[in-house]
This record gives sequence, structure tokens and C-alpha cells, in this order.
Amino acid sequence: MMSNPYVPFPSEIMKVIPHTKKEYTFRMKFTGDVKPGQFFEVSIPKFGEAPISVSGIGSDFVELTIRRVGRVTDEVFEHYEGQSLLLRGPYGNGFDVSLYEDGEVLVVAGGTGVSPVRGVISALAAMPDAKDKHVIVGFRSPGDMLFHDDLRDWAEKLDLILTVDGAPEGYTGNIGLVTKFIPGVKLRYVEHAQAVVVGPPAMMRFSIMELLKRGFRERNIWVSQERKMCCGLGKCGHCRIGKNYVCLDGPVFNYTESKDMID
Amino acid sequence: MGYVLSSEGFSKALHELGGSYRLYAPVRKEGEGRFTDVDVVRYDFVHEAGEIELSTKSDYAFKEILTPLSETLFFFTEQSVKDADKDTSPVIIFVRSCDLHAVKRLDQIYLANGKAEDWFYRRIRDSVRFALIGCSESCENGFCVSMKTNRADEGYMFSVDEDGGKFYVDVKDDEAAKIFAAHAESSQPVTARYVTENDTDVNVPENVPNSIYKSDIWDEYTQRCINCGRCNFVCPTCTCYTMQDVYYTDNGRVGERRRVGASCMVDGYTNVAGGGQYRKTNGERMRFKVLHKVWDFRRRFGYDMCVGCGRCDDVCPEYISFANCVNKLDAAIKEAGNDE
Ligand SMILES: Cc1cc2nc3c(=O)[nH]c(=O)nc-3n(C[C@H](O)[C@H](O)[C@H](O)COP(=O)(O)OP(=O)(O)OC[C@H]3O[C@@H](n4cnc5c(N)ncnc54)[C@H](O)[C@@H]3O)c2cc1C
Ligand code: SF4
Ligand code: SF4
Ligand code: FES
Repeated sequence: MMSNPYVPFPSEIMKVIPHTKKEYTFRMKFTGDVKPGQFFEVSIPKFGEAPISVSGIGSDFVELTIRRVGRVTDEVFEHYEGQSLLLRGPYGNGFDVSLYEDGEVLVVAGGTGVSPVRGVISALAAMPDAKDKHVIVGFRSPGDMLFHDDLRDWAEKLDLILTVDGAPEGYTGNIGLVTKFIPGVKLRYVEHAQAVVVGPPAMMRFSIMELLKRGFRERNIWVSQERKMCCGLGKCGHCRIGKNYVCLDGPVFNYTESKDMID
Repeated sequence: MGYVLSSEGFSKALHELGGSYRLYAPVRKEGEGRFTDVDVVRYDFVHEAGEIELSTKSDYAFKEILTPLSETLFFFTEQSVKDADKDTSPVIIFVRSCDLHAVKRLDQIYLANGKAEDWFYRRIRDSVRFALIGCSESCENGFCVSMKTNRADEGYMFSVDEDGGKFYVDVKDDEAAKIFAAHAESSQPVTARYVTENDTDVNVPENVPNSIYKSDIWDEYTQRCINCGRCNFVCPTCTCYTMQDVYYTDNGRVGERRRVGASCMVDGYTNVAGGGQYRKTNGERMRFKVLHKVWDFRRRFGYDMCVGCGRCDDVCPEYISFANCVNKLDAAIKEAGNDE
């Protein structure tokens, strides 16, 4: 009989990197094919399972950046370096980074939405024409920022616009929603530029409106969707939108597809 | 191969088949229906032909054996994870044509949506075979003719029709043929009976424009539907489930992971951490369900999900009719088309 896809495998926690009080990155031992934008089910016996995006990929690990919000994620935070967690996956299609190799790219990411595109942004930063890669990253407040080391590195290599929705007095960085910064991005050939948008539903909707206003072509816009998921395998039905299953056909969709997906 | 059997002969044949197969069939449970003094017909294991309800459609679908309402997947102890055992000895399920067509829909999702097969479904599915119960007249609320599921020509081991005290069987399986032949009065070609018209006709739209998602035809369901989910639980083609982990002891050391049937009509189906919910009103949920049954599934797999059994209409406490809703949908699409 074929192997049972519901059986998780143990993976060692190689490192835990705290970002904020509620958000940590867990570096998990893993070798195998995996792409940014894909996700794993973190599977904790007696607590349940939670889909978590791959936020980083190394030769023998994947990183999962997890916000602690409930039953499963709370229990994940009770685990430490050297212990292991059960995982199954990777699932979903992930981003095709090769699409962003030549030419201008604009990534717009908000909050934990940065996780699924972190691998994409790091790849952009390493490209020879990194100066043509533009990234707008927004967090709720300075205290909610994730991936500090990456942000520093990205700022050096590509055109990074870091912003927060609001900040205490005296904050010197950008303040404002990500959408505010889309009109100002310097693009030479907007009709050929690729865009990637990931974040909360409202942020994605308004960002796409801005991109279209700027002249981005629908077919050049890519989004990543999050929905309730119980299986990651196309069986439980929770993630379905119309004819699409977010766990199978997504979470990354081209905008020409996703614009017709009505929950 | 067709055979005619006396009532006694049929009983003996089934008894013999019962030696190699469990028999799972609709059974009339007296006085256990939705109202006192009303019977309910639901699936159970039987040992005698006489126990099988051959004349009335079952109130609940056969799918409980393939996709139980609650199914334990794993047991967790302190050290180990163990697959839950399951009786996978061979079984024959007695179904009508609509339900036999529904099996294809269950297989589609559990075995052929995405790359991975559902291991738990596969393990029981391989031991299941079907017997077709013929339909001499249309059931109430059924619209199998509209859904083209009124007739099943394959996918069964044998069919059974009772007429004037005699049993007519069309047998597609050699082993079963030997058994029926041994108890038959005569041999003659038999075709399982099927209906060619229903009281309810449903016009399934050929094409559903996106504009219909925002149509006001869904609004009445926001008022009328109480999102109890019964329409999903009786449906032979609904496959959704939710994972549930539990622990039994205070120290949390032993427990299990199960999956339980889920309904897209019920609160919580789309809830995500942080309070997000994707279809808040019952009208939106009705739209999601109905369009899946007669449009979204077809867009993905090439045929409709709904098999027209009419059980959702039978069961709704608010007298909401799925069949009416599809007809309203079709009318609204045609009307919008005429406006253009
Ligand atoms: C494709 C995909 C990728 C994802 N990637 C990531 C990722 O990279 N990182 C990540 O952290 N998460 C990610 N998520 C979300 C993550 O899966 C959920 O946060 C997780 O499943 C929650 O599980 P839990 O058992 O901890 O919470 P639960 O105990 O299930 O709690 C969730 C429920 O509790 C309530 N709830 C919990 N928290 C709150 C709150 N703050 N406010 C209001 N109500 C609340 C909600 O009603 C919610 O339904 C992803 C989800 C998907 C579908
Ligand atoms: S059975 Fe009727 S009331 Fe209950 S969820 Fe279905 S349509 Fe709504
Ligand atoms: S939607 Fe209603 S009529 Fe169609 S298969 Fe399901 S229960 Fe039967
Ligand atoms: S997560 Fe279960 S079908 Fe997509």
C-alpha cells in the first residue's frame, strides 16, 4: 500500500530566532525539494495541525516563522532547540522565482505576509540587477517588525521601502500603509514589470488596485492566499474557492485567476 | 446474466454471499424518524434479505461506511503514534442509482483531487463493492433524471428488483452469478428498473457568469436558512471534514486525532486565526454550496457533483429546496443573458 500522507515526520529544531514576543522563526531540519510560498502542516499530536509557510530555505533546513495565536501555535512555542516537531509537506505550488530574474519587480508584503515571500525577496537581493527589484514591506508598528537582519541586508542590495502603519512619537522611518508607497516606486517599463502581493485580504485588495492604476498588467501580478486548511491535500474542502483549492492550486495565484475567485 | 428468484431463493443467495461479504443496506427503523411515529430508513449491517428496505429511498446516504461522521485516524500514546484499526473485511453496499453515481464523486475527491490519495479512504474503499437497488417509481423530491443519474449500467456486482414476490437480478460478477444461479427459478435477461421522469425537474445552467455571485437571489436564504448543516450531512456527495485532536487524560499524555464531517453551511467552516471568516451570511453559504454542486465541481472535473437524490430537500427543517434554488439560479442567468 502507498504511504500515508497524513503521517507526519519528525524534524529537529536547529535554531529558534525570536522577532517579537509572539513571533519566532523555527529553523527545522529538512532536506528535499521546497520552494518559497509553499507550506508545511505543523502537526502536534493531541493539539492539532497548523499550516505554516516556508519563510526560509537552506541546504539542510527550512524556516517556519510562526505567530502564536492559539492551540497549536501556543504548543509550538513550548518547544526548544534540540527538540523536534512533527511536520508534513511541503504543500502548495509556491513561487516560481525564475519569473522574476530579468527585469523590474515590485513586491508588496504586509505583516506575517512577509514570511511566504521572504525567500523570494532574498533571491531578488542576490540577483545581478537587484537595483531593479523594489520591495515595499509594511508592519503594524516598529515593534511588530520581523526579520531585522534581512531587512538590513535587503536595504543594501535592492530598493527597500520599509514602513509602519503607526509609530510612537520620534520614529524617523516611513509611516503609512504600503499602498501609499506604490505610486512613488521608480519603474521604467511598468507594462513588463512583475508584482507580488502578500498580506491580509484588505491590504492585498487595495495594493492590487494601486498596481493596476500604475499600469501593471494583470497577468504580471502574483498573489498568495491564506484560507482555513485542515489537510493540505485537496480532501477536507475548507480551502476551496470556486473551482480552486488553495492548498493544491495555490497558495500562489496569478491575478488573472485570483480576480475571479469569489469566496 | 439475469436470474429470477423466489423470495426464499433470494434469501438463500444473500445468505451465501453473506459468508464472504458483510452486507450493508438500507433498513427501516420504526418510529425513529424526525417526528415520533415516523420511521427512518438508514444504513446498517444486515444478515437476512428480509431486513433490507428495497422499496423506499434511505433518509441518510450510504457514505457513513466510507467516510464516517467521526473517524479516528491515529491514537497517540506517550511514545507512539498508531493508526486506528478498521474493519476492512469485504462488504457489499446496497445502493440506488443516484447513490452509485455519488460513489464516483467521493472517489474523485478522496482519490483523484491532488496528487495524494486519501490513505484512510483507500483502505476501506478497496474492500467495498456495490449492489444496485432498482427504482420502480420516482422518490419524492428526487431529480435524478435532470442530473442524468437515474440509470446505472455498471459499477455494481448485481442488481435487485422485487416485483410480485419475485426477485430479479442482473449479475455482473462470476462468483455471485454462481450463487444466484444455484438458487434461481429461471434465467433470463434482466435490466435493473430505473425511472424516466421525476415530479421535480431541475434546469442545470450550462454556464454560470461571475455576476451571479453578487445576485440578490441568495438573499432569501440569509433570512430563511438556520445553518444547521443537515443538507450537507445527508448528501451522498459531500466530502468535507475537519481535523480534531483530543486528549483523554488530565495530564494530556494520551489522545487521538480524528476527522469529523464538516458542513460549509455551519459557523466556523472558514474561520481562521485572528477572527477572519469568509462567508458570514447564510445566503453566501447557500451560494457556495449550490454552485459547488452544479457548477464549480464541473468546472474542475467535467461533470456535476449533485446526483439529484433530493435528500437535502427532504431534510431541511426550513423547507428550503435546493432544486428550486437551482431553477431560480438558471432563471436568473437566463434573464441576465436576455438583458444584454
Ligand atoms: C497557506 C497558509 C500559510 C500560513 N502561514 C503562516 C505562517 O507562516 N506563520 C503563521 O504564524 N501563520 C501562518 N498561517 C496561519 C496559521 O495556520 C494559523 O495561525 C494557525 O493555524 C492557528 O492555529 P492554532 O491552533 O494555533 O490556533 P487556533 O487555536 O485554531 O486558533 C485559531 C482560532 O482562534 C481564534 N483566534 C486565535 N487567535 C486569535 C486572535 N489573535 N484574535 C482573534 N481570534 C483569534 C480564531 O477564532 C481562530 O479561528 C498560515 C495559514 C495558511 C492557510
Ligand atoms: S438543511 Fe436547510 S436550514 Fe439547514 S443548513 Fe441546509 S438549507 Fe439551511
Ligand atoms: S445536493 Fe441534495 S440532491 Fe444533490 S446529491 Fe446532495 S443531497 Fe442529493
Ligand atoms: S486544505 Fe484540505 S482541501 Fe485544501
